[in-house]
Amino acid sequence: MSVAETTITRRVVERASRGEKTKDLLFRSVLLLCIGIAFLSLGALVFDVIRDGGSKLSLEFLTDFPSRVSPERSGIQSAIVGTLLLMALCAAFIVPVGVATAVYLEEYADRDRWWNRLIEVNIQNLAAVPSVVYGILGLAFIVRDPLALGRVLLAGALTLGLLVLPVVIIVAREAIRAVPPSIREGSMALGATQWQTIWKQVLPGALPGIATGVILALSRAIGETAPLLVIGAATFARFNPGDLTSDAFTALPLTIFRFISDSNTEFQSLGAAAILVLLALLVVMNTGAVFLRNRYEQKW
Amino acid sequence: MTQKVTEPTPENTPAAPAADAPPPAGFRVEPTAPPVTAQSTTAPHEAVFELQGVSVAYGGKPAVRDVTFPIGRNEITALIGPSGCGKSTLIRCLNRMNDLIPAASVTGRVIYHGQDLYGTDIDPVQVRKRIGMVFQKPNPFPKSIYDNIAFGPRVLGMKGDMDEIVERALKRGALWEEVKDRLKTNAFGMSGGQQQRLCIARTLAVEPDVILMDEPASALDPISTGRIEDLMLEIKKDYSIVIVTHNMQQAARISDMTAFFTVELDDQEHRSGRVVEFDKTDKVFTNPSDPRTEAYVTGKVG
Repeated sequence: MSVAETTITRRVVERASRGEKTKDLLFRSVLLLCIGIAFLSLGALVFDVIRDGGSKLSLEFLTDFPSRVSPERSGIQSAIVGTLLLMALCAAFIVPVGVATAVYLEEYADRDRWWNRLIEVNIQNLAAVPSVVYGILGLAFIVRDPLALGRVLLAGALTLGLLVLPVVIIVAREAIRAVPPSIREGSMALGATQWQTIWKQVLPGALPGIATGVILALSRAIGETAPLLVIGAATFARFNPGDLTSDAFTALPLTIFRFISDSNTEFQSLGAAAILVLLALLVVMNTGAVFLRNRYEQKW
Repeated sequence: MTQKVTEPTPENTPAAPAADAPPPAGFRVEPTAPPVTAQSTTAPHEAVFELQGVSVAYGGKPAVRDVTFPIGRNEITALIGPSGCGKSTLIRCLNRMNDLIPAASVTGRVIYHGQDLYGTDIDPVQVRKRIGMVFQKPNPFPKSIYDNIAFGPRVLGMKGDMDEIVERALKRGALWEEVKDRLKTNAFGMSGGQQQRLCIARTLAVEPDVILMDEPASALDPISTGRIEDLMLEIKKDYSIVIVTHNMQQAARISDMTAFFTVELDDQEHRSGRVVEFDKTDKVFTNPSDPRTEAYVTGKVG
């Protein structure tokens, strides 16, 4: 008997009702709409910035120092160098401090002790403190006494570091927690000390997750303007910071702020061009994070 | 200052000193140590462990109570019994793995070559150097096969050519022929049975005195299980082995001595484990002295 001859005498599986289909469609439309809002606003921003500043992008723009008078000879070299140095110093600060804190909380802290729980709650809270507050903290404790570093690159890096440290700690803790207890047991059963177990088994296993978290934290720090303004970083610098502890410095968001607030529309276009440079840096960093995660993430 | 757990290895000790011989230099003698109270008339000729009234509690609730029996050198001692009878809890006391669980507390005495492992001057890290452990689920490190083996010798600072140490351990672990051409590949690419033999080889590489195995073959197929059993019988001439197993045939096939545990309910309906019978494996399986043992080994009670 061929298939064509078969007739359905009785429907066993019911057809989907019209109402269910409509609900499903409606739900999916709402989801698409929400994604659309996010994408459209990002697209509009990028389009607007490219239209304003795209034509100003050139090698000279990247290598020249800013000028107060002539927009056509103005560049952002000091801002790029300042931002890159800030990020490097910031990473050098947050990686050891953040990872050490995460290791303590995950591997050593006894959750039954109230002070350890207090620390945990406070780290969550600190991650939500507005960045300008960290700027005030940096101004009061790092720029002025007791550290009294002055308005220098190191002070900026430490302030931004404090700002993103909670994020690094939280991400590093998750990465450390993802290393299964059986790995620790296996290591300890061979006679390794707790420190050897952490250093040679747990941290290498958690490294890709930690690295991803650090990059994401830095990509938050790179765009921060308010704390740097509060601690008194320059918005205009005709030189690169040669010395981390004595020279004034600027950074990309500060230079953008300076350009955009100029009354000359030519300078405002330069601001848009600098935004493009900052966005490009961000894309590179986030791509690096995604690459690290996909390439080295440990499947247990 | 922690005292090192020194104990005679086959290399530095004349064969099997008599039980009443004076202990070698470097030994800390328990002055108040009670005489060995083996429950069996056929006690092992030389004990590695003397368990004396050992109880383990988690958060104050006893998991296993009042365990007393010796564990003999170069023998395989099997711990059998129904789930929840505290076998795994007990075996984890023998190398102080229970220390990793803050709520666990051990009472009684675990005498290892004359030293109380829970004495105040004992460093658990030193204990674990001498007493290795293989776990239920194979737990290779996320590293190459070579580095899995080399990890232990490296952290212990063992002298000698690492390539040789790795080769020797893999040969003893009956794994060398299968992996010698891919030592640098990740251990996660091995089969489950190979991973477990790697974990055993890894333990052998640090040259322990005792190897504890907590259901080492329960996650493996019969062929892999057979290989692990052959391996255990092969290495017992150099090591003392304690194995927890749910597989009665396995205990009967490989072990010299068997301890049968059972679960008891106390007045508050709390379950805890107890040793019912400890004897030669042949006797436990063919002519047990306790009816509960007989019911269990013959499959009348699961």
